[in-house]
Amino acid sequence: MKALDVALPVGALLAALLLFGGFVWLGGASPVETWTILFKGAFGDWFSWQNTLQRAAPLMLTALCVALPARAGLIIIGGEGAVVLGGLAAAVLPYAIPLPGNVVGSAMLCLAGMAVGAAWIALAGALRQYRGVNETISSLLLAYTAIALFKQLVEGPLRDPRTLNKPSTRSLVETLQIGGIAGSDVHWGLVLGVVACIGLGLWLAFTPGGFAVRVVGGNPRTAQLVGLPANRLILLACGLGGAAAGLAGAVEVAGVHTNANASLIAGYGYAGILVAFIARQSPFAIVPVAILFGGFGAAGSLLQRRLGLPDASVQVLQGIAFVLILASEALRSVDWAAVAKRWRQRVTPEPVEPAAPVAAAKEGVA
Amino acid sequence: MTDRHDSSRRRALAQFSAGSLATLAPWTMQAALAQAKPLTVGVIYVGPRDDFGYNQAQAQAAAEIKKLPGIKVVEEENVPETTAVQKTMTGMIQQDGAKVVFPTSFGYFDPHVLAIAPKFADVRFSHCGGLWTEKNPKNAGSYFGYVEECQYLNGVIAGHMSKSKKLGFVAAKPIPQVLKNINAFTMGARSVDPKITTTVIFTGEWSMPVKEAEATNSLADQGVDVFTMHVDGPKVVVETAAKRGKMVCGYHASQAKLAPNAYLTGAEWNWLTAYKTVIDAAQAGTPHPNFLRGGLKEGYVKMSPYGPMVSDAAKKNADDVKAKMLAGTFDIFAGGSAGLKDNKGATVITSGKTIKQTDVELEKMNYLVEGVIGSA
Repeated sequence: MKALDVALPVGALLAALLLFGGFVWLGGASPVETWTILFKGAFGDWFSWQNTLQRAAPLMLTALCVALPARAGLIIIGGEGAVVLGGLAAAVLPYAIPLPGNVVGSAMLCLAGMAVGAAWIALAGALRQYRGVNETISSLLLAYTAIALFKQLVEGPLRDPRTLNKPSTRSLVETLQIGGIAGSDVHWGLVLGVVACIGLGLWLAFTPGGFAVRVVGGNPRTAQLVGLPANRLILLACGLGGAAAGLAGAVEVAGVHTNANASLIAGYGYAGILVAFIARQSPFAIVPVAILFGGFGAAGSLLQRRLGLPDASVQVLQGIAFVLILASEALRSVDWAAVAKRWRQRVTPEPVEPAAPVAAAKEGVA
Repeated sequence: MTDRHDSSRRRALAQFSAGSLATLAPWTMQAALAQAKPLTVGVIYVGPRDDFGYNQAQAQAAAEIKKLPGIKVVEEENVPETTAVQKTMTGMIQQDGAKVVFPTSFGYFDPHVLAIAPKFADVRFSHCGGLWTEKNPKNAGSYFGYVEECQYLNGVIAGHMSKSKKLGFVAAKPIPQVLKNINAFTMGARSVDPKITTTVIFTGEWSMPVKEAEATNSLADQGVDVFTMHVDGPKVVVETAAKRGKMVCGYHASQAKLAPNAYLTGAEWNWLTAYKTVIDAAQAGTPHPNFLRGGLKEGYVKMSPYGPMVSDAAKKNADDVKAKMLAGTFDIFAGGSAGLKDNKGATVITSGKTIKQTDVELEKMNYLVEGVIGSA
């Protein structure tokens, strides 16, 4: 099965590229040139890698905001709310308390973002556990609320009066900002994202706490029967996911924007939903999927500039790729041995009647 | 200032070292160079190029630039105001060899252009929005236009054409640039008939079609019969207003095609002027024009042609004001004899005082003038 885990998505991706080649060929562009540019743009050289990785960094964290609650049985799609409020919390922490102008101060900004993000997503979890509100809807609505709240605060009481046409909070002092890794343009959010994905993946896979969360997600009835505190575990999973998304917002503020403003609302939370579903809610798989997603962004950028294709064409590729990756899951349950057997029969048509019903039966089971 | 001297000296040295031939025959040499290696210009849009609005106005100028000899244009649309735009700028420079970059969205400047410009001293950045100051890198700059002149003329036409005397303004955010347009439009209309009011609705977003349609419908229900707007893509407001049988004045680019029977006129950008100035300087090797501004007179903004339903009286009135603007003898924000009041009754410009359009005081506008229904 391990080989299939890799073969299916890779095969789907290749099929998507093939289809996209046909698509651009119909539009009058050269498929080979398109494929070359796609590769060059995403992974062709060091600049392309930086481009891809930087785009991937926030997606790893926002995908965790979907994946962790999903493992506890909740479909949370409101990560965007945790991102913007996490970013806002990081930006306004210096309003409230004096921070040391060093890495400790930066860490405190991140913690503030994580705390607010965790609280926001845990709220959606609590609404479901204690009030019976559907968490998918409530988390989405909470994201709208968060964005409205963000704008109200940033354009109102927290606004730096010097920001005229782009309302923003006061900028963080330079010593609190997060720089790039070893002189590159890729900021530390990438490291935080990878560490969070691996750490939480290990936690889910190998610790009693992680196992308990998976039991709650797999079968809540069983979890109750064996005496697991389902409510607390679900809130924990939501809180951890929200903390990851809040961290993404805090890093965007401390590493990129230096303050909270409307540019922070860039849809990272929503892109994370797609990443998590493609990764089949596995924190480990989120890392490569986020990099693939970042690669599409970077490749799309070059594709637009070189071939003059509209931005929508890249979204077409992305759409084809993700539909095929999801659809390829249907092939997972195929009994490949039986398929191979039938294929052999078709190639050498011998009278082997008794074998046919067996294959059919197997297919029926599958 | 020392920087500027340095860079021009460096440029001069570079020109000398390019060969004595260049100094002997500058014209032929320049032409030969242009043919051999075209100047690559990068243009970055925050939304789609065909949005009938802000981005289309920029893309129209880019399309004109593309036709010039010795120019290669690379474009990218839908680039968010995140590190993505830093990557796009860097990519245009490193992968496509761009020497001039036009990041056209307001939010690209701080921190993104400010982060990238110092890394590429030989590339010129020209940002739309007018934020550049002496403290910023000398290879960066900004351009903008006094589009409120056109909104004033929109108002004059709307004032003549409105029967209900109620005008509607669908706006994005209550920031100075937007307030200036609302005020200019209202003052233009009230110069025709002081009984006219403008009702403004802020959607809170630069591009939020659903809210824009809701706002337009709600204003139409309140009896508004002429609309204008300040959102990134006026398409929805124009189409909704036309569907409701109302008239509309456009913004950013011409939306006449969308509603030929409802479109009175419009306030359009003419970015070609700015693009051309920046590119000419780059080609000639003269210092980068850091701060470009202009109105109708300088060719930074223009009016859409009048629609067939616009009355002769309206045309004449607007053309008269426009002639004064072109002559530089018309100031929109002036106290006049009674002083200019805001819509809460406070005097914002005392009588007899005039604020020139170039005055940075106007960039801090935080009020709506008398006759506007709504709050900033």
